[in-house]
Amino acid sequence: MKKILVLTGSAIAIAAGAAIAQDKELTIVSWGGAYSQSQIKAYHEPYTEKTGVQILNEDKSANALAGIRSQVEAGNVTWDVVDMLQADAQRACDEGLVLEIDHDEWLAPAPDGTPASEDFIEGTLGPCFIPQILYATMFAYNTEAFEGEGPQTIEDVWDLEKFPGTRALQQIPQKNLEWALIADGVDADQVYEVLATQEGQDRAFAKLDEIKDNVIWWTEGAQPPQMLADQEAVIATAYNGRIFNAQVNEDQPFEIMWDHQMFETDGWVVPVDTGNVDTIKDYLYFATDSQRLADQAKYISYGPARNSSASLVGNHAETGVDMKPHMPTSPENLETAIPFDVQFWADYGDALEERFNAWVAG
Amino acid sequence: MASRERAPKQELLAADGTPLKAALRRSQTVERRRAFMLVAPLLFFLLIVFVVPIIAMMWRSVYNPEIRNYLPQTAAALQDWEGQDVPPEPVFQAMAADMIVGVENRTIGRAAARINREIPGARSTVMRTARQVDEWSAPYREKFIEADEDWTNIEFWRILKRESRVVTPTYYLLAVDYEYSSEGEIVPRSEVYQVYKQLFWRTAWMSVFITALCVMLAYPISYMLATQPTRIANLLLILVLLPFWTSLLVRTSAWIVLLQQQGVINELLVALNIIDETGRLRMIYNRTGTIVAMTHILLPFMVLPLYSVMKTIPPSYLRAAKSLGAHPFRAWWRVYFPLTIPGLAAGCILVFILAIGYYITPALVGGDSGIFISNLIAQNMQGSSAQLKLAAALATILLVAVLFIYWLFNRLVGVDKLKFG
Amino acid sequence: MALPAYTTRVERIWHYAFNVICGLIFFFLIAPIVVIIPLSFNAEPYFTFTKEMLSFNPEGYSMRWYDALLGSSEWMGSIRNSFIIAISSTIIATALGTVAALGLNRPNMPARALITAILISPMIVPLIITAAALFSFFARVGLSNTFPGIILSHVVLGTPFVVLTVTASLAGFNETLIRASQSLGANQTRTFFKVILPLLLPGVISGALFAFVTSLDEVVIVNFMAGPAQTPMTVRMFSGLREEISPTILALASLLVALSILLLTTLELIRRRNERLRGMSPG
Repeated sequence: MKKILVLTGSAIAIAAGAAIAQDKELTIVSWGGAYSQSQIKAYHEPYTEKTGVQILNEDKSANALAGIRSQVEAGNVTWDVVDMLQADAQRACDEGLVLEIDHDEWLAPAPDGTPASEDFIEGTLGPCFIPQILYATMFAYNTEAFEGEGPQTIEDVWDLEKFPGTRALQQIPQKNLEWALIADGVDADQVYEVLATQEGQDRAFAKLDEIKDNVIWWTEGAQPPQMLADQEAVIATAYNGRIFNAQVNEDQPFEIMWDHQMFETDGWVVPVDTGNVDTIKDYLYFATDSQRLADQAKYISYGPARNSSASLVGNHAETGVDMKPHMPTSPENLETAIPFDVQFWADYGDALEERFNAWVAG
Repeated sequence: MASRERAPKQELLAADGTPLKAALRRSQTVERRRAFMLVAPLLFFLLIVFVVPIIAMMWRSVYNPEIRNYLPQTAAALQDWEGQDVPPEPVFQAMAADMIVGVENRTIGRAAARINREIPGARSTVMRTARQVDEWSAPYREKFIEADEDWTNIEFWRILKRESRVVTPTYYLLAVDYEYSSEGEIVPRSEVYQVYKQLFWRTAWMSVFITALCVMLAYPISYMLATQPTRIANLLLILVLLPFWTSLLVRTSAWIVLLQQQGVINELLVALNIIDETGRLRMIYNRTGTIVAMTHILLPFMVLPLYSVMKTIPPSYLRAAKSLGAHPFRAWWRVYFPLTIPGLAAGCILVFILAIGYYITPALVGGDSGIFISNLIAQNMQGSSAQLKLAAALATILLVAVLFIYWLFNRLVGVDKLKFG
Repeated sequence: MALPAYTTRVERIWHYAFNVICGLIFFFLIAPIVVIIPLSFNAEPYFTFTKEMLSFNPEGYSMRWYDALLGSSEWMGSIRNSFIIAISSTIIATALGTVAALGLNRPNMPARALITAILISPMIVPLIITAAALFSFFARVGLSNTFPGIILSHVVLGTPFVVLTVTASLAGFNETLIRASQSLGANQTRTFFKVILPLLLPGVISGALFAFVTSLDEVVIVNFMAGPAQTPMTVRMFSGLREEISPTILALASLLVALSILLLTTLELIRRRNERLRGMSPG
């Protein structure tokens, strides 16, 4: 009995030894894959070099809101800085799960002295949210999968006869429902109005039904380029940076279809009760200044969230490709774009997610 | 000494002079205590690290504190409200007071999220009003209504009153596709939201199907193992034990390799010109994938108990039956088969119990049509706090089902009869 | 299986058909495991046999996925984590489980049926439910994202196997041996180490192996409970299988098959020794 206690105790002590001693460490939660790589190169590595603070990466952003919620409720917060979507950040902020941020105190001014609160692109800063990038979700396809020209519009994506094959869609209602309505003939600027009604929701799901048998679902951003490469799918929705990465770094024959791309903001939040606030503030001041945001765009084709970063964006770090035409914010890519409505999804997300999950599983 | 005096003369005495019965009882008590002391460390460990967390999870599935905790005055003020008209001023006053506290503590969003679960869009109404309310003064009723028409929505207030109960069956209703109507009656959910009943049903029938497949595949090979000479049987047994000891993930990835559209089987069929490039079979990321992979993974759990029972049946029984004139099939059916029933029962219940709780394999190879209820539990565990409670309710229902079968199994077979390897 | 001379034609046909059916079933059991091993030596990043492989051209084969596996600090770190977790939890589970089984099999054990049911229940309760329950519980007591939390949950999963296997090895245990030992002058401690333990050892070892494999193979709980510092190989494999399938996973899978062959052999040796010890087989 005693022996067992001793054994148990010592085994736990050994294991616990590995877990403590974390004071000069930051746990940063992000999306993994090429996106995390761009953050590591542009933010983490220079920061570690400058300060010696070690950065632990955790690829849990896909479930960031639930993760923060359970950590805060349990009173045991292990995440220091979390990369999350603006819509989720809004909810986390409303629920008091993340710190409120005084932007001008926490963030560096632009090189010309413009305070941070005026330097970030309008509408992107939130009371608890520091934007990093504007990114697009849109359709992309493997050019080898089609004899002639690939799909050019959302209607083409729904045209199974002209463009046969499997579609890979993200397993969330967001954006899929918007595109379904567009494919059904709704005007881009009315999409959210229609989607707020019962009939509009029925209509969107009915439209999705048309292609359901030809859809496979993805959950992580790294999957769609993989699925296109293996031709498990011939058309896929994806984050534009992932497709860019596959085109440039892996020479994949992919083409982005910018028609009705949906762009939204992604950025940092800081969970309450992390205890590490000084280090976190120091990191964020460094990692979100104009140069750092522009540096990230050297590795992945996402638009920096600061106006002052735009002129600093140059060429791709490894291949020297000019990054500007690959940005979701470049004018020709923005022609038919739909801005993602954060408020709409904060209100209708629960109900539509539930319906969507029931629809997928059914 | 006193005890000896009280003892009747004819009673047997132990060596130290105490009555034998008492000594025996005492020594038995000591023995009992000793036996229990040996079990105690594990028992208490499991109670704390396993049983208590499960009970806590069950509690979470009915626990509904958001309105009560974050809108306490409103919840109290609503108790006297009949639910017919827009509530009177005191309710709005309470709401205003709660909102001021909630904005200060940054908890108002949690209440708003809870209400938004019931009425999509209510979050915005609550949050917008809460941000203004500290600039207002009594009377509040008109100001609320002026700020947002939605404050006259009676359904909103009814739900608020209903959900101010700390214990609620809401999540169990959702778990079987029912909900409260705005009048407070329990009604089936709109068809487009129904999914859990179907998933429970699918989990059950697919598990039965997989169990049946396992019986069909396990019976012949167990028979062969039991009737071969030991040396050959031991060799063949390796073919069962190796999969049994191989990681679940390894076996699942093996099936992905074999079954996917660019996988070994499809490539083979294309190379043999049985199908053409466009006709590649979809054998994975659907029901077929789940059934094939799970049958493979669970088959050893059927073979091992069957084999251990069949090993004990003397082959002479069958020969005797045949020599007495029974047709071979009749001999097998009337003599051999009944003797294997204990092994068959153990295997079936074991496989079935394991199957209905499966998560990993359906998640990897099941696509949409081949996922189980466990997958929806996992999905809800990563969602909002309401979904977390729904996950707890679904898990509790699954747990009760499993424990019932376990109890049945224990009565019929006895859990200590389980053998491995 | 030689057929006796008096079998009829139908029986003969049935006999061969039966053998073929059994052969196919054995093939179904073993083929998936066997097929991944050559594929892990694929020179191309594919999940299928290339022409070069099929013609046994050496150029079709390579060690690149093993190099990728062994050269990746992430993979190696997660393998190390897996072993830390599996070894610690096996030690604790074996100690707790063995002692409990000894108590459980004493003739005077009170409430035996109920307690047995509780001790075995972690094996029966679906993993996702255990994960859901432990996840919240450990988060509350500050053990989520820590090694102790994961190890304790794997102890929970491992103990039923130890209890069952030790109980099974006690089933053939002859109580008179203890009395014999004691009447020959050995005290309790000596009796335990010299008489009980050697007879128990096979059960303890196979229970420990079960607990070890259970922990090493576990994905569901660690998937919810492990932070980046504890990520075990199974979680990495699981997300790998969901996201970007690379033959690196097959290399690891092949190594795991080798490990299970090793475990299987160990168990078989124990079983033989055990039978010899109890005089059940001539050895």
